Amino acid sequence: MRTFRGKVWTFGDDIDTDAILPARYMNSPDPRELARHCMEDADPSFMEKISPDDIIVAGKNFGCGSSREHAPLAIREAGIACVIAGSFARIFYRNAINIGLPILESPDAAAFLEEGCTAEVNLQTGEIMDLASGRKFSAAAFPSFMQEIMAQGGLINFVKGKV
Amino acid sequence: MEQTLAEKILARAAGKKEVSPGELINAKIDMALGNDLTAPVAIREFKKIGVEKVFDRERLALIPDHFIPNKDIQSAELAGVLRRFARQQEIVHYYEVGRMGIEHALLPELGLTLPGEVIVGADSHTCTYGALGAFATGVGSTDLAAVMATGELWFRVPPTIRIVFHGQLPPWISGKDLILYTIGQLGVDGARYAALEFCGPVIEKLEMDARFTIANMAIEAGAKAGLIAPDEITFEYLAGRAQRPYTALHGDVGAPVSQEFNWDVSTLEPQVSLPSSPANARPVTAAAGTAIDQVVIGSCTNGRMDDLRQAATLLKGRQVHPRVRLIVIPATQAIYLQALQEGLLETFIRAQAVVSTPTCGPCLGGHMGILAAGEVAVATTNRNFTGRMGHRGSQVYLAGPAVAAASAVAGEITHPAALQEVN
Ligand code: SF4
Repeated sequence: MRTFRGKVWTFGDDIDTDAILPARYMNSPDPRELARHCMEDADPSFMEKISPDDIIVAGKNFGCGSSREHAPLAIREAGIACVIAGSFARIFYRNAINIGLPILESPDAAAFLEEGCTAEVNLQTGEIMDLASGRKFSAAAFPSFMQEIMAQGGLINFVKGKV
Repeated sequence: MEQTLAEKILARAAGKKEVSPGELINAKIDMALGNDLTAPVAIREFKKIGVEKVFDRERLALIPDHFIPNKDIQSAELAGVLRRFARQQEIVHYYEVGRMGIEHALLPELGLTLPGEVIVGADSHTCTYGALGAFATGVGSTDLAAVMATGELWFRVPPTIRIVFHGQLPPWISGKDLILYTIGQLGVDGARYAALEFCGPVIEKLEMDARFTIANMAIEAGAKAGLIAPDEITFEYLAGRAQRPYTALHGDVGAPVSQEFNWDVSTLEPQVSLPSSPANARPVTAAAGTAIDQVVIGSCTNGRMDDLRQAATLLKGRQVHPRVRLIVIPATQAIYLQALQEGLLETFIRAQAVVSTPTCGPCLGGHMGILAAGEVAVATTNRNFTGRMGHRGSQVYLAGPAVAAASAVAGEITHPAALQEVN
C-alpha cells in the first residue's frame, strides 16, 4: 500500500459500467485493449488526457449496472491510481477489491475535489488530501476481511492460499 | 429473532442458525453461472488458482448468449474459450447454439435454479432467480473463478427492503410496469447493498413470467437480490422441471426490515423509463408522441411466453409503422418453438417484424439491431444508459411488451389502449 499524488478527473453521480467500458468492446478480455476505451461513453477524450497515477473522483453509486469486471480492469490498466467516490455500486465494489483496483469511499472528498486539482492519497490510512488547500478527508475503513484480500493482491491469491 | 427470506437462505448456506444484516459470511453455492463475455475472464483467473477441476461439474452453468451466434472473430474466440473449457471440465450444463437461450430465461426454464438456494452468476441480472425464492446475485469474473475453485463465496448479509403491492392490476399493466415504477420510486441506488422482497396480494396473483421480470430488474435499483416468496404458482412451475431436490424457505412473519413501501397499483398507468436511466420512470402518457426508429421485444427481462403473447395480441392484424424496425427475440429455443406452435411468430412476421434466434444481441449493444447516432428506440430490456444499445448519441426508452408493440405500430410512443381505440 502506497502514497501517491495524482491529478483529479471528476465525474457525476451514477456513472454506470456502460459508460466506464461500453459492452461493444467486451469481445476482448485483454486488459490493455480494454484500457484504450476506458470511460469512453462518459468522456470520449478521457484516455488522451490522463497520465499515470491520475485519480478518478465521482459522486454516488459509481460503477452501477453490469457485473463486468472489464470495467475496473480498464480503469486499472489505464493507469488510474485509485477511484474516490461518494459511494460505489455493490458489484463494482467487490470487483475492484478482487482485482486490486484501489477504491476509497468518501462523500466529503468526492464533493470537495475539483477537476484538475492534485490530490494526495494514502491507501494505508485512507487519508485523502487536496494539495492546494491542504484540506484532508478520511475514507471509510475496509473490514479486516477485505483488507486481507487486498493485502494479498486480490481474491485469486487469497483463494490460492486456501485451496 | 425473526428472519427475512434472504437471511434464512443465507444462514442455511453458511451453516448457521441465523445471520443478521451487515454480518460477513461464507456461503456454499448451489449454482454458479458464466457467459461468453464474463466466463473467459473467470477461466483465466481460475487457471491461476491452480486447482485441476471445478468444484462440481453439475453446478456450474456456462451459457454462450451475449455475442452469440458469434458476431465477429473476436466473439468467436471467446465462445471457443468457453466451449473448450466446458469440454475439458465435462461441464454438464453447457448449452451450445441451437440449444441455448438467454441465461436468465434458460436456467429457470431448465429447472436449474431452485427455491432456497444461493446462486451466483457473473452477470448482474442473476438476481432474476429470486423470483423462485432463491438468493441469487450477480458477481464479477474473479468471484466466479473463486466459486469455480471452491464452491463457496463471501457475502455481507444485506438488509431487506420490503415492497408490498396492493389493489387490482389495471388492464395492460404487467410485471415490467411494477418494477419500472419501483425503480422510479427508489432511484438507481435506492436499494444499494439491500435485498428487495416483493410481496402482497398483487404479487401473489402474478404468473412466473411476470415475477421473473420483476426480480430481474432489482439490480437496477442497486439491489443485491430481488426475492419473491415461493408459493403454489412457484411449485406448479417447478413440477416436472426441478433438476435437484430443494427446500423452499419462507421469511418469518414480522421479521424486521430496513424499509417497507406499500403501494396501491389500482390506478397505475403503463410505465416508460425515459433515457438514460431506468429510474426515469413515468406514466406512458408523459412520453406519448415521441417518434421512434426501432423497437426491441426480448431480453432476459421480457423475452418469455407471456411477453410474446402480449405483444402478439396488439400486433395481430396490424403492421409495424413504415418508419420503425421491430425486432422480436424469443429468449430461449423452447420459447421460440412454443411461439411458433401458438402462431405468434406468424403474427410477428405478417406485421413485418424481424424475428431473431435467441440472443442478448441488441440489449447490450452487441449486435442484431445497433442504434445509430440520433436514433430512438423503445425496448423491453432493462437498461437505457447512454450508449447501451449503440451510439452514445442514441436513446432508449424502457417499457413492457404492450407499450413496445403498440409503439411499433403507431411509430411513436403510445398507450396500448390508445392503439386499440384507433383501429
Ligand atoms: S438480455 Fe441483456 S440484460 Fe439480459 S443477460 Fe443478456 S445482455 Fe444482460
